[in-house]
Parts: sequence; C-alpha cells; structure tokens
Amino acid sequence: MSVSTELNYQWHRYTLKGKIVRTLAYLLVALVVAWSLSTMDIVWEWVWDAPVQISDLMGRMFPPNLNAVPSVLEAMVETIHIATLGTFLAIVLAMPIAYLGAQNVTPNKATLWLGRFIIVASRSVDTLVWALFFVAIFGPGPFAGILAIGFRSIGFMAKLVGEAIEEIDWKPVEALQAAGASKAHILVYGVIPQVFPTFLAVSILRWDVNIRESTVLGLVGAGGIGFILQVAIDSFKWRTVGTIILSIIGIVIIAEFVTSYFRKRII
Amino acid sequence: MLKIDNLVKSYGKGEPVLKSLNLVTDDRKMTAIIGSSGAGKSTLLRCINRLIEADSGSIELDGVDMLKLNRKDLKHARRKVGMIFQGYNLIDRLTVMENVLSGRLGYVGFLAGTLRKFPQEDVDRGYELLKRVKLSQYVNKRCDQLSGGERQRVGVIRALMQDPSLLLADEPTASLDPKTSEQIMELIATLTDELGLPVLINLHNVQQAKRYSQRIIGLHGGKILFDGTPDTLTPEDLEAIYAGDESYEEGVGSKPKVKTKEEKEKFKKVIEEEML
Amino acid sequence: MSESKSEQAHFLWKRNHFIANPWIRYVLVGAVIAYLYMATRAISVNPERIIQGIPRAMRIFSSAIPPDFQARGWLIASGFLESIKITVIATLIGVAFSFPLAIMASRNLAIKPVYYLGRALVIIARSLHPVILGILFVKAVGFGVLAGTLTLIIYSIGFVGKLLAEAIEEINKGQLEAIQSLGAGYFKTLVYAVFPQILPRFIGLALYQVDINLRASAIIGIVGAGGIGSTLLNAFGRYDYGTASAILLVMIAIILVAEGISGYLRRFTK
Repeated sequence: MSVSTELNYQWHRYTLKGKIVRTLAYLLVALVVAWSLSTMDIVWEWVWDAPVQISDLMGRMFPPNLNAVPSVLEAMVETIHIATLGTFLAIVLAMPIAYLGAQNVTPNKATLWLGRFIIVASRSVDTLVWALFFVAIFGPGPFAGILAIGFRSIGFMAKLVGEAIEEIDWKPVEALQAAGASKAHILVYGVIPQVFPTFLAVSILRWDVNIRESTVLGLVGAGGIGFILQVAIDSFKWRTVGTIILSIIGIVIIAEFVTSYFRKRII
Repeated sequence: MLKIDNLVKSYGKGEPVLKSLNLVTDDRKMTAIIGSSGAGKSTLLRCINRLIEADSGSIELDGVDMLKLNRKDLKHARRKVGMIFQGYNLIDRLTVMENVLSGRLGYVGFLAGTLRKFPQEDVDRGYELLKRVKLSQYVNKRCDQLSGGERQRVGVIRALMQDPSLLLADEPTASLDPKTSEQIMELIATLTDELGLPVLINLHNVQQAKRYSQRIIGLHGGKILFDGTPDTLTPEDLEAIYAGDESYEEGVGSKPKVKTKEEKEKFKKVIEEEML
Repeated sequence: MSESKSEQAHFLWKRNHFIANPWIRYVLVGAVIAYLYMATRAISVNPERIIQGIPRAMRIFSSAIPPDFQARGWLIASGFLESIKITVIATLIGVAFSFPLAIMASRNLAIKPVYYLGRALVIIARSLHPVILGILFVKAVGFGVLAGTLTLIIYSIGFVGKLLAEAIEEINKGQLEAIQSLGAGYFKTLVYAVFPQILPRFIGLALYQVDINLRASAIIGIVGAGGIGSTLLNAFGRYDYGTASAILLVMIAIILVAEGISGYLRRFTK
C-alpha cells in the first residue's frame, strides 16, 4: 500500500518585502489624506448639502434659452478665431525654439539652455495666467487672448517636437554632412521630413486643447465666449448660461471629431 | 458525452460557417478535427462553450443543452469544459501560479478569487501539476518571461485545474516550433489519457492528427466530410477536405492562421503622455 | 568627342508633395491664408494700444523684479498649501470614480446603453474647462475648497476616464476569452483578465492626473474655488506685480518638482 506523503505547499502572492512596501505606501497615502482633510476649511454641512445645490443649479439652467443663440454663436466664432490664430502664432514661434531645445541639433550649450528655459517657462504658466499678464499690458480684448494661447502653446509644441527631433535617425543627417550640405539644407532634407508627421499631429492636438482653453479667456477679459458667460452668471440668467454651456460642449465635441479624423489620416 | 445536433452559425449575411452540423462523441479519447482555416473548426469549438453564440441547433454535454443555459448555469457548465488556445491566452502580467489557480475561478467566490485566497487543495494540486510538467521553478515567475512551449504547458495545467469533463483545444501547437509542438502534443495525449478525459482538438497538422488521435473529423465548408479512425483516412479524403486550400501540403497539412500584431503605439503614447 | 550631338533626352522631375493633388493643395493653402486674413480683421486689433502696451510692459516688469515674498508671504504659503490639499483629495476621489466610469465607457466591457451613457458622461466632464466647472460649483456650493475639490473631481473623472477607457478597449481579447471560458463571471473576469493588463496604465494616469490637478488647482482659485489662484488675481488687481511674480515663481517650482517626482514614479510602473 503506498503511503502518500502530501507536502503542504505554501504559496503567497506577495513576497514579504512586497507586502512591507505596499503597506508603507498605503499608510503614507492615508496620512497625507488625513492631514489634508483635517486642515482644509471644509464646512461639512455644505458637503452633505452639495448634491441638492448642484441639481438645483442644473435645473435652473434647463431648458436653455434659445433667444441667446445668435450672440452665443458670435462669441463662439470669436473663441475659435482666438484658438486658431493663437495656435498659428505658436507654430511660427515654437519651431525655432524646438530646434534650440533639441540637444542633437542645437548650436551650443547656451542655446540649448535658452531653448529649454523658454519651453519650461511657457509650459509652467497656465494660459489663463498668461491672459492676466497680457490683459494687464495690452488691455482687455481678444488680442491679449491670442497672445496668451500662443505663448502657452509654444512650450507644449516645442517640447514635443523637440523630443521628436532628438529621436530622429541620425544617419541621413550624417550622409548629408558628408556630401557637404549646409546647415540649412541638412535641416530641410534631413530633419524636417522625419519630424513632419509629429509636428502635424502635435499642432492639431494643441489646436483642440486651445479651443477648450479659449472658452475661459473671457473671464479675465481676454475675449471669447468667457465674457458673456461671466455676464450671464453675474446677472443670474441661468437659462442663458445653460445655452452657453451646451454650445461649449458642442464645439468641443466637434473639434474632437475633426482632430481625430485628421490625426488618423496622418498616422 | 457530447452530442451536437443541427448546429448552424453564420457571421453576418454571408454563407453559414457551420451548416447543420451533427456530431456525437462518447469516447474517453482524443478526437481531432482537421480542415482548412475558415472551414469552421474554431467556430465549432467556441460554440460548444458559447464563446460564440450559435444561430440554431443544440449542443448537449452530459445531457445538458449548452445553448439553452442562462448566464448563471452557463458559468457552472463552463467550469467543466477546459480550453487551451493557440495563443496560450495566459494573463501575461500575472505569475505562473496565479494563472494555474485561475482555472479554479469558476469554483471560488469573488473575494477569494480577487484576493488570491484559493483553497489549500487547489494550491497543492497546482504545485503537483507544475512538478509534473517540470515548471516548478517558475511558480512565481511572470508568464511573459516564459517561452512559448512553457506557456502552453501552463495553459494545459490551467485547463486541467478546472477538473473538466471535456477538453477543447484550438490549434494548441500552431504557434510553436516543430519540436516543442510534439512535446505539447505528447503532454496533452498523456495527461488526458491518464485522466480519461475526452479531447476535441483542432489541428492543422494532419500527421499529428493521425498519430495522436483515435478519431478524425474532416471539416470543409462547415460540413463534416470525413468521420473515422486515422487509418481509414485516404489521400482522396484529404483532397476533398482541403479542396480549394492553397496552403495545403500533401499529407502534411495546411497553414494555420497565425495572428499578427500591429503597433501604432509609439506615436499615440508620445502624444498622450505629454498632454502638458 | 567627335560624336554627333544626338538629341538629349530631358527628364522633368518634380518632388512629391505632401498633398498629392495640386488642386487640393492650392485651394487648401489659399483657404488658410484667406482665413488668417479674415480672422485677423474680425479680431479688432488696435495697433495704438499695442504701442502703448510696450512701456506698460516695461513698468510691470520692473516692479515684478525682484519678486516680493515678504509682503504677502504668509498668504502665498497658505494659498499654495490649500491648492495642494485640494489636489490630493480631488485626485484620490476622482481617480477612484474614473475607474468604474471607464469600464462603463468601453465598448468591449459594457452593453450598448451603458456604453453610450458612459461615453456621454466622459465627454461632458471633459469638454468643460476646469475654470468653468469651478464657476458653476462656486455658484452651487459657495466659495472655497469644497467648490475647488468638486471641480477637480469631475475634471479628473473626465480626463482619466477617457484615457482609461481607451486602454481598456485595447486589451488582449484572448485573455478575456480564456477567463470567461473557464466559468468566471463578469466581475471575476474583470479582476483577473482586465485589471492586470491596465494596472500600469492606470497608475501612470493617476500620477499624471496629480500633476494636471496641481496646475488646475492653482488657477481655479481665480474664480473663487480655493487655492492660490485668488491670491494671484488679487495681486494683479492691486497692481502688486512683485507678489504676483513671487506667486508665479513658486508655482513654476512646485509644478516642476511634482512633474519630476511623478515622472520618476511612473518609470516603476512600466
């Protein structure tokens, strides 16, 4: 008769070290959350009341005010202009910056540093803050808005295109150098063809984001639909607010369709 | 015992892929299904455990019509049907042991499965089976670090862990090199023979079908053209089964449908990762 | 050489343009130029104002440098702390809720009506700029951190929800098939076949969202939803450019540090 010796196998999903690390991580997160909650200025009654208040507000916005549609559309068009012109401005300015900030093509360390600095500065300041800045200088109006969109987009586009430049295949460039081509020719024949698809995709993507950004510029006086939104809110015309919100959602959806269509064509 | 009656399945408005199929298997043996890609082999297998929903007909497994089961009973019935796949279909990011134990998911509760608290007997059985196929050293290794043959061995064990009363195999060796392919076929044949487990296996390699199975079914255009023991399979039969298949090599078999991967990820990831 | 000059064959070579059809190309270029012209005219740009702006810019720059950390130092610090707290809570809650929403919004895991609902919710949450959400929440629940937190929760849900849903739609279907075939129900299949595949992406997105929320929390204060934004708006309003530049510098620094940390952490999730 065979005696079955059943070894009792032990299986654990995580190693001891793994368990310790995970527990510590959870603990850390819990501590941060507890600290935040306890020191924030929350009035807990308002928290429980929030769902009621929110649905009340949403109720007041429906049905949307159709009389406002013409002026809303006009403001919407201005918003799109701001986004588009701002993106064009950024395209023109960002490409040289991308070149400077790409460490494989930039002339020297100083230009690299300059390019990277501009990129970081542009990216870290939000569009709305740029708008505040330009409104302070040039006064209210869409001009400030265009500059704000443009200056913020420079960093975004220059960073991505710069990274694309850094990842190009260097062999065609070497071949051109060996053939005696000038720097400009190397750029046009060796660099640009390799980064062109990325450049297009990035531009289209940024335009999409800028449409969203442009909708709020009016709140600080930089033009677009934000301004009439602020007016409607301040005068408690909630149904007009509803119209504006719906039109913003609509335009963003359309922009997304348009951009994803073009992006698919590029890839 | 599996009884398929008048099974019909078509995709869209075209020709039905399975046309009034009738099949009865009662043996504790291996039944090989051969035929060109598109003849309906994969569809047939997947109709049995209802990964694909047939249009009409009935599939009785041990007296229960699979096609009439509701969701809950279907889950219970599926536990008893093990399946191994051409692409192994292991959860690559999980370890070998987790994949092996996942075979018991139909038997444990939600919390137990999520927290990986499987009963000790399942763990023991998993270890034993891994020892049997010589993969004990990989217990806690991620499956994406295993070779194809090793992964398929894990796939076989996973199916066996279900304690099934029927094993379905959809071209299990199509993605493997010839030597590993033979190893896996040996493994499947030996293990299922020991357990007395009936197997329904799709094969593109006619030689393997003849060597390992006790019954061969030839499928063509959704209909069964041949049904008999391997030694009664004549070249004329094979001609008829593979008629119209350009990739058919005399006596060897046809090319399996190997799936390819496409990658447009680099672009997409770069763009989306850097939304800032 | 003394060979008679036979006719030389001339070959005409033109480069391949990106847009092959010349008609489409010229029409497109023409349309773009026409648009730029029209749009520029529609935006009433007043060259006088621009010229006046330059000296004003000079004045602003001179008072902005050096940045003034003293005058409102305490306000700046507490403002930033508040923004950070809002970010922490809102990211946690928002990312948690984005998970079920992403499942609802993926074609391979949700039935048609649920899918459409999920998609609609994600689209609405994403279309509205956080500042607009901020205004609406301020009107609903009052000024302060509650409005800010709610705003960023919705923002996170929309942002992470969409990207996560796309990741879910791209998972390996074979693994799903296998787990379903062995008798696991919907939720067990989720846990075993879906989670492991999307977990790295999910963590990456969550860390990413911390960065994004940090930026957003800084500006929603402009409309009263808590954080440093209101301090900044205030400074601009009082022409206190020294404080304003101080705030901006701290903002840039915090964002860079946060990006660095989250980029470092994300490398582990690969």
